[in-house]
Amino acid sequence: MIHTIAFYLFATLVVASGAITILARNPVHSVLWLILAFFNAAGLMVLVGAEFIAMLLVIVYVGAVAVLFLFVVMMLDIDFAELRAGFVKNFPLGMLVAVVLLCEIVLGIGAFRAGALHLGTPDGSAATAVGVSNIKAIGALLYGRYLFLFEAAGVILLVAMIGAIVLTHRQRSDTRGQNIGRQIARRPEEATVNVKPEVGKGVQL
Amino acid sequence: MTAFFQSLGMSYEWAWFVSTIAGILLIALPLMLGVAMIIYADRKIWAAMALRRGPNVVGPFGLLQSFADGLKVFLQETIVPSASNKVLFLIAPIITFTVALMAWAVIPFNSGAVLADINVGLLYVLAISSLGVYGVVIAGWASNSKYPFFSAMRASAQMISYEVSIGFILICVVLWAGSFNLNEIVADQKGHVFGILNGYAFNPLLFPMWVMFLISGMAETARAPFDLTEAESELVAGYQTEYSSMAFALYWLGEYANVLLMCTLNAVLFFGGYLPPLDLPFLYVVPGFVWLLLKILFFFFVFSWVKATVPRYRYDQLMRLGWKVFLPVSLGFVVLVSGYLMFTRYG
Repeated sequence: MIHTIAFYLFATLVVASGAITILARNPVHSVLWLILAFFNAAGLMVLVGAEFIAMLLVIVYVGAVAVLFLFVVMMLDIDFAELRAGFVKNFPLGMLVAVVLLCEIVLGIGAFRAGALHLGTPDGSAATAVGVSNIKAIGALLYGRYLFLFEAAGVILLVAMIGAIVLTHRQRSDTRGQNIGRQIARRPEEATVNVKPEVGKGVQL
Repeated sequence: MTAFFQSLGMSYEWAWFVSTIAGILLIALPLMLGVAMIIYADRKIWAAMALRRGPNVVGPFGLLQSFADGLKVFLQETIVPSASNKVLFLIAPIITFTVALMAWAVIPFNSGAVLADINVGLLYVLAISSLGVYGVVIAGWASNSKYPFFSAMRASAQMISYEVSIGFILICVVLWAGSFNLNEIVADQKGHVFGILNGYAFNPLLFPMWVMFLISGMAETARAPFDLTEAESELVAGYQTEYSSMAFALYWLGEYANVLLMCTLNAVLFFGGYLPPLDLPFLYVVPGFVWLLLKILFFFFVFSWVKATVPRYRYDQLMRLGWKVFLPVSLGFVVLVSGYLMFTRYG
């Protein structure tokens, strides 16, 4: 009973906060509703016994990705009049995208119903064996059966990361940086000099 | 505890429900009291290191100072700035406070004495502590004021940076324990080194991890010397600038609850949690939670000590330490530890 109540609670909140994410006028509010949606999705995953995925969802999406979203969106200078001005102009394009997406969903569900794909049935055959923890089951699959795909994904991500760094990195010569190693290596003897100037002569540096 | 309530004639569901609520209260109420006393202890230690007396007026030795402060704050007026985003402005301290309490659900206080004995305990702690940043960021944005906003920017960058290295450090611990469950991690530390020392910190491979965890913990909880989010010389009071009354008190309590949580994690992950420091039979006469409490207090003393003695980092130094020192070193240790275990345990 509590399971069903929890499911409907989380599911309703996911759908509702997802909808408000799109409908909210203020982008910061949108991101916050999105975070709520992520969080409730994690709740749903706990309910089906995928606690590892649920925790990863919270750590990665709520804890890192959404913080960066919020970080960027918070710095936007939001002009609500300008936001509304573009509405009429972009409305037909938006509708077009919406119609295409709707068609794709209908097609997808239709194809699935027609039995063209064998995605498996929810009969519990994919569940982990009793007594084997979630993490161990996933680990055995990822590092056993899907080892090549998993490592290929890792390499692709690495390349993407290096690419992003190379593209955005710029060498700046006009700023002064701190070289900590050089600072620590500096000794008093080479940094200071003792002079004894004559009265009224001053010091030549 | 469920069995006890069942013996009172409740059905299993109700007994589970009542025992969970009782467990939450059993953790949260002493924690609140502990936070009040730890604030007092923090001020006393800080004062002693600055050769001052610290709070000594309210109650014997000033012990009731925190309660007097709490009462004062409670009676103040809550001021909500007119230009702020009111709902978010009031939600932010609640988030900080709630999140600070949530992580305690998986902390083992004694062998088996844990509210939620889940498989992914450590990941849960990581997930919850990553939520802590929202209280600060939302406060900074909703205040609609310059200094809180700067503070929110700093907080989000700082907490994300140090979470990465904390994640790698925890992976080393998890690799060694072979489990994410905190209870099993503590049990695995029994007689870890030479069969007599309880705790991963005595292990030469994990000792550097513990040092980094302690420092990252200070950065993660925005304690001095990494308290750039509320650097009073630059940002007035950071994200708390616009807060008053109970909203401010919630930040205060949440912050110290987070510091206590970090101390507890140090004790649980690296110093054997509820186990005595030495694996000698007569030391087990003392109940486990006493050992845990002593370790928490010790680490809190270390936190206060550092706060009283170390000057604040500059922001670029903080970022450098996180990304250029801790991240590569902890990543290297993940390779080292897993290689060592592969060689000795699974090879």
